[in-house]
Amino acid sequence: MGKTLAEKILSRKSGSDARCGDIVIAQVDLVFAQDTTGPLTVRQFRAGNAKRLANPKKTALFLDHAAPSPKREVSNDHQLLRQFAQKTGCLIYDVGGGICHQIVAESLAKPGDVIVGADSHTVTAGGLGAFATGMGSSDVAVIFALGKSWFRVPETIKIALSGKFGRRVGAKDLVLRLIGDIGADGATYKALEFGGDGLASLNMSDRFTVANMAVEAGAKAGLFPADKVTRHYLNSQKRGDGYQPLSADSDAVYENTISINLASLEPLVAKPHTVDNVATARSLKGTKIQQVFIGTCTNGRMEDLAIAAAILKGKMRHPQTRLIIGPASPQVLLSAISAGYIRTLVEAGGVILPPGCGACLGLHQGVLAEGETCLSTANRNFKGRMGSPQAFIYLSSPATAAASAITGEITDPREVS
Amino acid sequence: MLKGKALKFGDNISTDHIIPGRYAHLRSNLRELAKHVLEDADPTFASRVKKGGIIVAGNNFGLGSSREHAPLVIKMAGVSAILAKSVARIFFRNAINLGLPVLICDTDKIDDGDELKIELKKGMVKDTTNGNELTFGKMPDIMLRILNQGGLIPYIQKYGDFKL
Repeated sequence: MGKTLAEKILSRKSGSDARCGDIVIAQVDLVFAQDTTGPLTVRQFRAGNAKRLANPKKTALFLDHAAPSPKREVSNDHQLLRQFAQKTGCLIYDVGGGICHQIVAESLAKPGDVIVGADSHTVTAGGLGAFATGMGSSDVAVIFALGKSWFRVPETIKIALSGKFGRRVGAKDLVLRLIGDIGADGATYKALEFGGDGLASLNMSDRFTVANMAVEAGAKAGLFPADKVTRHYLNSQKRGDGYQPLSADSDAVYENTISINLASLEPLVAKPHTVDNVATARSLKGTKIQQVFIGTCTNGRMEDLAIAAAILKGKMRHPQTRLIIGPASPQVLLSAISAGYIRTLVEAGGVILPPGCGACLGLHQGVLAEGETCLSTANRNFKGRMGSPQAFIYLSSPATAAASAITGEITDPREVS
Repeated sequence: MLKGKALKFGDNISTDHIIPGRYAHLRSNLRELAKHVLEDADPTFASRVKKGGIIVAGNNFGLGSSREHAPLVIKMAGVSAILAKSVARIFFRNAINLGLPVLICDTDKIDDGDELKIELKKGMVKDTTNGNELTFGKMPDIMLRILNQGGLIPYIQKYGDFKL
């Protein structure tokens, strides 16, 4: 009997015949924490009397969630992490170094890896065929010390894609459709595995967007096979030697299969306050927005800024709508400068944040006031997440966000030139 | 055996309800952080929770972030266990890693304020207010052993490694 991607990767890394439902102990190829989960990770590491890291060069800390620090308390947490990195020799990406998931994608993850991060969106690296999942600080502290963890091998739901995206419809609309259909707990404890002919039209950025939001359906991992798109991406990152082809067996057993024709999708929006509260952008016409945020680990990549710049070129944001742009990494920022996108976005009235998580979690760089509404390209719209619990967060693609910044209300991007 | 009063919540109580991201700067000041526990879901929670209180929730409790501070502040508030129809994966693991039991059962049969008795070994919850008895599902052995040690760090200190 064949294996799913999750079963294959966990079999190799545990040295056993891993099947869904089994509990295995697997080697972890990369482990990391960020500035909101890292301090507790360090404390738990010390509480367990651990002295050294199992693999310093496979252990990373990222200062991205509130960076540069907006508050003294955060500064102290940053200092704690810098001192830990210095003492243990682990990798550290300091302020402006980019969002952890984007750096993992660009520089660290390989197909077939097991990756654990103290951040729920660690699933992003599933876009290039890594079994990547989020855990809390205690679990991550133990991986820091032992280089391994226990895993329940998940059941897998296969998502069979066909067709091609229509104009101004993309990966965000696909994943919102999926979460809207199966619900915010539709894949709890399970893996989502993407396949089918439609896969060929998803570039690497699209795959990261989709994998990133697997956790918004409760999934433990969102997995893509490693194919020529993956190889091309790793080559472009000068990491071609990390490539290995990876696919599920043709006789793998899935819990069920969901088919989605990409051509049937249209621009979608998740309404407050849950990600599965999905509606079409056109049905929300007239919903006024005071802030548009284009960025995050979901949609802060070069391809996303290209879409936003194409729509905003020569246009101006609505006077009552702030436009905040957060490139996900220094590489994204530099590429967007070279391509002229940053100039276009600033000329359209946008403000550019340093590479990092930006306004996503309500700590700084775009905190919402009582009664305000934000259209964001992030992955979560929970009550209170971006500031006031009396604020409203809608989630969309960069195309929908850019079009809506011009009109000042939620707008189907196919309706603007 | 655990005893306490039911504190009822609905579906999809997220980690942002439990401890909003806007308080992330307080994460190294747990006592201050704990004052805000669950305030976006029930602003009275921190004042009405008593030692031993039991959270009784609907589906998908704890969805969202990996922040272990979420179960940590719930535990600090005095909560002795969480009952839910279903629970998000990372939250589940985090709670057990802190020695806080999370048990899956049909919580529709429990009302806010009911007195509950939980027998972990028997896998049973008794609602002594209405007389109902509920059973909860078994968790994997490794989680049960971690819970029995009072959390993951004490477990690793005792065994030095994971034991299957």
